[in-house]
Amino acid sequence: MNKKLYIYGAISVLLAVAPFFLNAYWVDVLNMIGIYAILALSLNLIVGHAGLFNLGHAAFYAVGAYTAAILNTKFGIPILWLLPASALAAGLFALIIARPIIHLRGDYLCIATIGAGEIVRIALINDIFGITGGPNGIFGIARPVVFDFVIRRPHEFYYFIWLFVAVTIFFFRRLENSRFGRALNYLREDEVAAEGSGINTTHYKLGCFVLGAAWAGMAGDIFAAKMTIIAPESFNFWESVVMFAIVILGGSGSIPGVLLGSFLFVGLPEMFRDFADARMMIFGLAMIIMMIFRTQGILPPTPRTYPVEITEKARVHG
Amino acid sequence: MSLLTLKNLTKSFGGLMAVNDVSFDVEEGSIIGLIGPNGAGKTTVFNLITGNHRPDRGEIIFNGIHITGMLTHRIVSLGIGRTFQTIRLFQNLTALENVLAGRHARMKSGATGAMLRTPGQKREERDALASALRELSFVGLQEQANQLARNLSYGNQRLLEIARALATEPRLVILDEPASGMNEQETTLLIDLIRMIRDRKITILLIEHDMSLVMRACERIVVLEYGSKIAEGPPSAIKEDPKVIEAYLGTGD
Ligand SMILES: Nc1ncnc2c1ncn2[C@@H]1O[C@H](COP(=O)(O)OP(=O)(O)O)[C@@H](O)[C@H]1O
Ligand SMILES: [Mg+2]
Repeated sequence: MNKKLYIYGAISVLLAVAPFFLNAYWVDVLNMIGIYAILALSLNLIVGHAGLFNLGHAAFYAVGAYTAAILNTKFGIPILWLLPASALAAGLFALIIARPIIHLRGDYLCIATIGAGEIVRIALINDIFGITGGPNGIFGIARPVVFDFVIRRPHEFYYFIWLFVAVTIFFFRRLENSRFGRALNYLREDEVAAEGSGINTTHYKLGCFVLGAAWAGMAGDIFAAKMTIIAPESFNFWESVVMFAIVILGGSGSIPGVLLGSFLFVGLPEMFRDFADARMMIFGLAMIIMMIFRTQGILPPTPRTYPVEITEKARVHG
Repeated sequence: MSLLTLKNLTKSFGGLMAVNDVSFDVEEGSIIGLIGPNGAGKTTVFNLITGNHRPDRGEIIFNGIHITGMLTHRIVSLGIGRTFQTIRLFQNLTALENVLAGRHARMKSGATGAMLRTPGQKREERDALASALRELSFVGLQEQANQLARNLSYGNQRLLEIARALATEPRLVILDEPASGMNEQETTLLIDLIRMIRDRKITILLIEHDMSLVMRACERIVVLEYGSKIAEGPPSAIKEDPKVIEAYLGTGD
């Protein structure tokens, strides 16, 4: 336990000082890793904890990004203030999408989420309601401002994004160790037994979809702020696949696993840029081998432990 | 007073009449056995009570409330806990977490409370943990609290399911073949446990194949055959009932 704490401490320190030793290009790679980490952590609630296969997570990311972009460019509302709006829009959208499909069994649900993702992408390309800018997307999104300080350069974004990652980890760890988090695990393990133990499984399936989507929506806001221009191409099916693969390969239901997965999935291809095409082939091969020999992912979750002193107390009373 | 009333329950699967016009009452505070040959429809009756299946006809009244067609988790929160014939534990979670699942219905806090870790949420978690551990101790599994369910012996897995059902604070527990897969010593301990549950003022309805267990533990017995009730009464009368002897005891089960 203590050893783990040291490792996490060392990694945190390393991440905190990383921008001082890296050029803008690599800092930007770390920024993308951070955004994917937020996305994959949010998807982890749905796929990892509740065991619901969602291959359309990019749709919620897109709704968040477009909500922020439209409200910012049309009404000049500061992009950071729009974080709750992005969360709300994506969460609400998830509720509408998930409600009719949530009762579907694993593989059917998965196909339905792919469909939902595609509908969103195509709606954006076709300039739905005349506000999404069609295939070209939306330009001129304002930079985020914190107390008169404009976040502009990669290393400035770096601290903003990774602070958000840290906040996400903080909240999601608490969520994992709670009634809500456990309920998701129960329904993943055995839906009939969960319902038979008194858990409203439909409620929790919807709940994790809405919460995961809301968080992805905020990632969308951050992405829009970072890019200042967004287009439908950033939210295509491949994005959903990457988020999904990060969760599965990193370790379903494991925050450290998902973080490591984000580094490997987004970082490694950058490191092997010189090998061009071969890198994706080797990467694909690595994925296959991984799934054969380590089905639970690289860093699977460790079982929750509960304070032992309470055990002793219960034994006395029991 | 009758805690549970089944009235003319009927359920068919395709052409098969799994439960045919079954009625009986479960008195508060009693231990009732539901017996019958394999495929007689016992498990289906349980699944109808807990809302896993919807009856074609008939009514289920629990504690004065019509629960026919209600969702399972609602029925659990009204006070019916159950175990399954084929063990359905959360295999990759610890024994303690399995019992905590039963506490869920008696807790309130949601995602926001958890993320903000409000005082109310913390208190609730602490209390849930304490009562889950109490239920684990009650069935004798306190030492195994932090073991994964799948690493427990078969008999202990059955006990863990009972602890999970008890954690829901039921007024009625229904146990589907709790002794199956248990050795003789475990079965004897199970009978003691069933009596201890009754001493907690919890009513028990149990399906059992082990006739000696049924005869020793139950105060009343309901016998099913081909989906229909063929007899009902105290163990002594059931043992003598020619219909029962022919249908059930005679088959060599
Ligand atoms: N979900 C189901 N679908 C179809 N047939 C079922 C289902 N559940 C039970 N049955 C059938 O109903 C009959 C009664 O089964 P069950 O209630 O499990 O019997 P018991 O528990 O008394 O052994 C059996 O013939 C069984 O095959
Ligand atoms: Mg059965």
